[in-house]
Amino acid sequence: MPKWGMAVDLDTCTGCGACVTACHAENNISTVGPEQAARGRAKHWLRVERYWEGEFPDVRLKFRPVMCQQCDAAPCEPVCPTYASHHTEEGLNAQVYNRCIGTRYCANACPYNTRFFDFFNPAWDKPLQLQLNPDVSLREVGVMEKCTFCVQRIKATQIQAAAESREIKDGDIQTACAQSCPSKALVFGDLSDPESHVSRLARSGRGSKLLEDLGTFPNVNYLNRQVEA
Amino acid sequence: MSHPTGDRMTQDLLRPLLHTSWRFWALVAFFGAIVLMGLGSVARTMVLGYGLTGIRWPNYWGFYITSFVFWIGISHAGTLISAILRLVNAGWRRPVTRCAEVITAFALMIGALFPIIHLGRPWYALWLAPYPSERLIWPNFRSPLVWDFFAINTYLTGSLLFLILPIIPDFAVVRDHSTGLRHKIYRALALGWRGTPKQWHRLETAMSIMAVAIVPVAVSVHTIVSFDFSMAPVPMWQSTIFGPYFVAGAIFSGIGGLIIAMAVLRKLLHLEAYLHPVHFENLGKLMLVMALLWGYFVFNERLVTYYGNGPSEMAVFWRTQRETFAPLYYTMVLCNFVLPLIILGIKKFRTITGCVIASFGVVIGMWLERFLIIAPSLGHKYLPYSYGIYRPTGIEIMVASSTFAAMCLLYVLFAKVVPIISIWEMKAGEHPSPDLMPQALEEHPLGELHL
Repeated sequence: MPKWGMAVDLDTCTGCGACVTACHAENNISTVGPEQAARGRAKHWLRVERYWEGEFPDVRLKFRPVMCQQCDAAPCEPVCPTYASHHTEEGLNAQVYNRCIGTRYCANACPYNTRFFDFFNPAWDKPLQLQLNPDVSLREVGVMEKCTFCVQRIKATQIQAAAESREIKDGDIQTACAQSCPSKALVFGDLSDPESHVSRLARSGRGSKLLEDLGTFPNVNYLNRQVEA
Repeated sequence: MSHPTGDRMTQDLLRPLLHTSWRFWALVAFFGAIVLMGLGSVARTMVLGYGLTGIRWPNYWGFYITSFVFWIGISHAGTLISAILRLVNAGWRRPVTRCAEVITAFALMIGALFPIIHLGRPWYALWLAPYPSERLIWPNFRSPLVWDFFAINTYLTGSLLFLILPIIPDFAVVRDHSTGLRHKIYRALALGWRGTPKQWHRLETAMSIMAVAIVPVAVSVHTIVSFDFSMAPVPMWQSTIFGPYFVAGAIFSGIGGLIIAMAVLRKLLHLEAYLHPVHFENLGKLMLVMALLWGYFVFNERLVTYYGNGPSEMAVFWRTQRETFAPLYYTMVLCNFVLPLIILGIKKFRTITGCVIASFGVVIGMWLERFLIIAPSLGHKYLPYSYGIYRPTGIEIMVASSTFAAMCLLYVLFAKVVPIISIWEMKAGEHPSPDLMPQALEEHPLGELHL
C-alpha cells in the first residue's frame, strides 16, 4: 500500500507561483474576483507564503509553499460530523464534497488553514469554462475543498498500470504543482518506498515538518534552507 | 411574601389570557416584523450563497456560532434554576419557576436553529441524525457536533416535559374559567385533569424524577457545547477548563435573562403583587455568586495561559488583552464582573431596577464572552501568513438581533395562552393540603422533595 508524501525544498523554491497556477488549472479551483479575495474568500489549495526577515534595508524574503499536509493524525477528520473529511487507505485526507454539509469545523481545526469554503457557486467567464478538467468534480456552494495530492492523477495512473499489468515506478505520478515547478522544489512520491526520491529527501538531515509539535504527523517534508538568500 | 389568594389570584393570573389589549397586538406586530426580517436574511444567504455573511478564511465561525452558544447558555436559566430550587424546596421559587422554564424551552429552540442555519448546505442537516440510509453511512460519532446534536435534543425534550407537566393543572384551571372554543382547546390541553389525589401524586412523582434528571443533562449540554471548541487544536480553545467555565457562564447569563423577563412581565402584566422585590433580590444574590465564579474562571484561564507562555496562545492572549479585541474584552469584564459586583454586592443597590441593570450588563457581557472565544482564536492560528480579522456583515447582525425579538415574540405569545405564573403552585404554597401533599421523608438530605 503506497503512502503518498511530498518534499518541498525551501532552498530551490523561488516563489514564482507556477505551482499555484497549475493547481488552480488542474483542480478546477474557481477564482472569486478581487472584491471577494479582499474579503478572504480566495481559494488557493496551494499557497506560497512569503515572510520577510530583518530590518529595512537589509530585508530577506523567504518563501514557503503550503498545501494540505495530508496529516496521519489529521485534526480535520475526527471533527467532521458526516465523514466528509476522512482518511483513505493510502494515507490521504480525502474530502467527499457530496457528503459535506458545510459546518466548516474541519477548517477551524486545521492548524495549517489549508481548507477552503465555497462561499458562492463557482462561475467562469466564457470561454474559460471550456478549460475545466473533466477528471475533477466542481464544488457547489457551501462545501469545503482542499488539496487532494491530485488524487485523480494517482487513480488514473494506478488504473492504467493495472490495465497494463505493470508496477508504478517512482516518478510515474506527478501532482500538478510538482510537475510545473521550474526549480524542482516540489517532489511528490511514495513514502513507503525507501528508495523513492521523496523518501530520500525526507530522510535527509534537512527534513522537517511544519508545526511538528502539534502532533499532526504531516506527510509533507520541508527541506530547510542551507544557503541564506 | 404575601400575595392575593383564592379567586382574586386566579383572576389576576388569568387576566392576560382572557383579555387582549391593543398592546398585545402591537408587541406581536413589532417583534414579528423583526423576526420576519431575520428569517428573510437567512433565506437570502441560503439562496444567494454564504458569502453574504462576514465569515472568511480563516475565520470560519462568527456571529452565528456566537448566537448559538449564547442562546444555549441563556437556556440554562430556566430548567436548571427551577430544578435546583425545586430540589431544595425553596418556597420563593413558586412565582418564578414557570417564567424560567419557558426561557429554557424557547432559548433552546432559538439556539438549536443556529447550527443548522450556519451550515453551508443546511438542506442536508438531517445527515447529523443517525438514520438508516441506503448507503449505510452513519454520522461520525467522534465529532463533537454529533454529540451536540444528541445533547441538545435530549435537553430540549427534557425541558419541554419539565415545562409542560406542571402546566397541565393550570390548563385545567383555564378550562374551568373559559367558554366556547377556548374551553374546548383547553379541555384538550388539560388531558382530562380532574385534580384527584392520584393525579396529583403522579404529577409530583414525575416532577421529582424530572427535577433530578434534568440537572445532569443541563450540565452536560453546555459542557458538550464547550467541547466544540476545546476538541480542536486551536490556540486558547484547547483548554481543560472550558466545560465548567461554559456551564458557569451559561447559568450566569441565564439568571440575567430570567431577571429581565420577570421585570418585564411584572410591569406589562401587572404582577406586582406576585413578583416581589425579594424574588429579584434572591436571584440577584445567585447572580452575584455566579459573577464571582465567572471572574474566577476567566482569571484562571488567563493566568494559566500567561504562565504557560506558549507562543501561539500568547499571540491570541495579547490580541484580546491589548490589541484588536481589547475594547471588547474590557467591556466584557466591566459588564460581567465589575458591574454585577458593585450593584449586587451592595445591599442598597440590590433593588429591582438595580438587578435589571446588572442583568442587562451580564447578558451583553456574556454575548461578548462567546464572541471573544471564537473570533480572536480563529483569526490568529499558528501560521502568521494566514492571520485574518472577522467583521460581521449587516445580514449577520440582523439575524443575531432578530433572535432577541424571536425570544420576546415567543414569550408574548406564550404568556397569552398559558398563565405565566403557576396558579396551582402558588395555591399549594399558600395552603399545603396534607391530602394533596404527601409527607416527604424527614431524613431526605435535600429537604422536602415534594412540589
